[in-house]
Amino acid sequence: MEVKREPLREVSDLRIRQHQARDLLRGDMDDEELERYVEERVLTTTLDKAVGWAQGNSIYPLTFGLACCAIEMMSIVGARLDIARFGFEAFRASPRQADLIILSGRVSIKMAPVIRRIWDQMLEPKWAISMGACCSSTGVFNNYALVPADKFMPVEIHVPGCPPRPEALMHGILRLRDKIQGHGVEGWRERYAAKGTEELLPEQADLATANVNVFKAGDTAGA
Amino acid sequence: MTVTGRGTGSETSTTLTEDYRKREESITLSSQPAGVDETHELLTLNIGPHHPATHGVLRLIATLEGEVVRDIKPIIGYLHTGIEKTAEDKSYWKVIPVVERMDYLSYYFNAMAFCGAVETLLGLEVPPRAQYLRVIHLELNRIMSHLVWLGTSAVDLGAISMFWYCFRERETVLDLFEMSSGQRMHTRYIQVGGVFEDIPLGFAEKLRQFLKLMPTRADQYADLLEKNQILLQRLRDTGIVDRDTLIKLGVTGPLLRAAGEPWDLRKAHPYSSYDHFDFKVPIGTVGDNYDRFRVRHAEFYESVKIIEQALDGLPEGPFITPDRKVALPPRHELATSMEALIHHFKLVTEGFRVPPGEAYYPIEAARGELGCFVRADGSAKPARVHMRDPSFVNLQALAPMVRDGYIADLIATLAMLDPVLGGIDR
Repeated sequence: MEVKREPLREVSDLRIRQHQARDLLRGDMDDEELERYVEERVLTTTLDKAVGWAQGNSIYPLTFGLACCAIEMMSIVGARLDIARFGFEAFRASPRQADLIILSGRVSIKMAPVIRRIWDQMLEPKWAISMGACCSSTGVFNNYALVPADKFMPVEIHVPGCPPRPEALMHGILRLRDKIQGHGVEGWRERYAAKGTEELLPEQADLATANVNVFKAGDTAGA
Repeated sequence: MTVTGRGTGSETSTTLTEDYRKREESITLSSQPAGVDETHELLTLNIGPHHPATHGVLRLIATLEGEVVRDIKPIIGYLHTGIEKTAEDKSYWKVIPVVERMDYLSYYFNAMAFCGAVETLLGLEVPPRAQYLRVIHLELNRIMSHLVWLGTSAVDLGAISMFWYCFRERETVLDLFEMSSGQRMHTRYIQVGGVFEDIPLGFAEKLRQFLKLMPTRADQYADLLEKNQILLQRLRDTGIVDRDTLIKLGVTGPLLRAAGEPWDLRKAHPYSSYDHFDFKVPIGTVGDNYDRFRVRHAEFYESVKIIEQALDGLPEGPFITPDRKVALPPRHELATSMEALIHHFKLVTEGFRVPPGEAYYPIEAARGELGCFVRADGSAKPARVHMRDPSFVNLQALAPMVRDGYIADLIATLAMLDPVLGGIDR
């Protein structure tokens, strides 16, 4: 293999940079100069992209099954679809360690507060996929017992089907990855100008407001 | 519950909510004082409803003395879907997809129980080919259900590779389901009067490949698990309940057979021409978790044998009853026959009417006796549909199984109990 050496274009610029770096390390830089130096070198967008790339490729789903869809959710871990190809195979049993909750099945009114609590217990950044017709729209049942997931928690992706094929869920997770990596909108976070949700103890919660545990973008608490 | 007054809507709903809360709080979750004194301290531990070892959204209140379970109370209803009520609002043939979603691992069984009850009420004769096709799919469903049970239970016991092997075979079964009905789960294949469609070309061939494969795979599972000391120690002599207690509790299926009672509705009360086939009913001797595992494992082989016989002796003929009052006419008749068009119109708009009466139709599902009770009032919708789900009844046996055992054995026992919460809560 041939090694190609390109001549330096601006030798003086490189010299200046070297001197600047040396001054910075010695602490010889003035305030104004220092500020300019740092400003020139901060690449926020690139860092966001890097973090998004890392987050999107290592989602830890929560081991959480509700009904029929849970069986199909389990089969994406199986040998045929093998979600480990994308790095999402590490299912976590504790909500504190999980990034993604897949609502796989029908959500009854009795179960909804439990799910909301599990969702609030998860740490930011976190995402939710509503899998199947039942928890997106109560599906074929549409009766007194069920409640769609959007009524009590924010959902990023809805995967249709009854139950969806594992391939469909896989597609949903990959779309979520695209979202996380910055190719999509922020979903409900943008809609509610929120940063995230967090579990609150009843005495801490301001029950007068409807959005009990949704933090605004300016708030520093939690999320 | 009484709702007093005729106030505004909000007042009424508040009363209802308060009443509900009061009733909910009146349920005692306190532990049973089993030999409590100064030296024995009881601890109440909540397991679930979100816990990976509960196989769904089951909640258990366990009373522990150290590591020993003194009492356990299962709390159910976290997956209540109102399926029985929904069924009352749908015409008979639209009920099938709803009841299929009840016990979501035995959808063919659910459909079979419901269709069997309706056929009993109608006095309908199911053609032999349809009966054989039903048997093929029911037994495939049994294999599939046991595969999911084995895979998930083995994960609970620490043998994670079993999960991949079992789900590999499950995909093969689901491919067959998809071939014959177009869906992987909740296929709506069985319908009143027969089955939805005849098996397609190539199905028999693919099924035979699977039947050849499955016994060897089951052998491999046995090789992996039955020489595993960890598994044996966790399953042997744990969760023993004697036969009489199980019968008194109404437990059926592999749990009862593991205790030595050869009760199988396929033999005791044959339906869908199960009496044509030669198969054995595996039973256990001790009634511990190991026997439960062995009985289900042996059922893989028996199911394969039944499917082989059904496939070999598959009779020619129609796959659904020729009674046009119940079954849709073939597509090609619609263009030429006015009568067929009328039947088609009546069926898809109103559905068929069932004469008044009651019927209970029990079948042997993967978890035990699955019975469907249907009461008809003469209209096109059932007046009442009730399912006797085996998981619900079998869950009663959890307390005698785990009492005075270690909490680690509770997980193993629950895995071997194989409850499906969709069937329990309905």
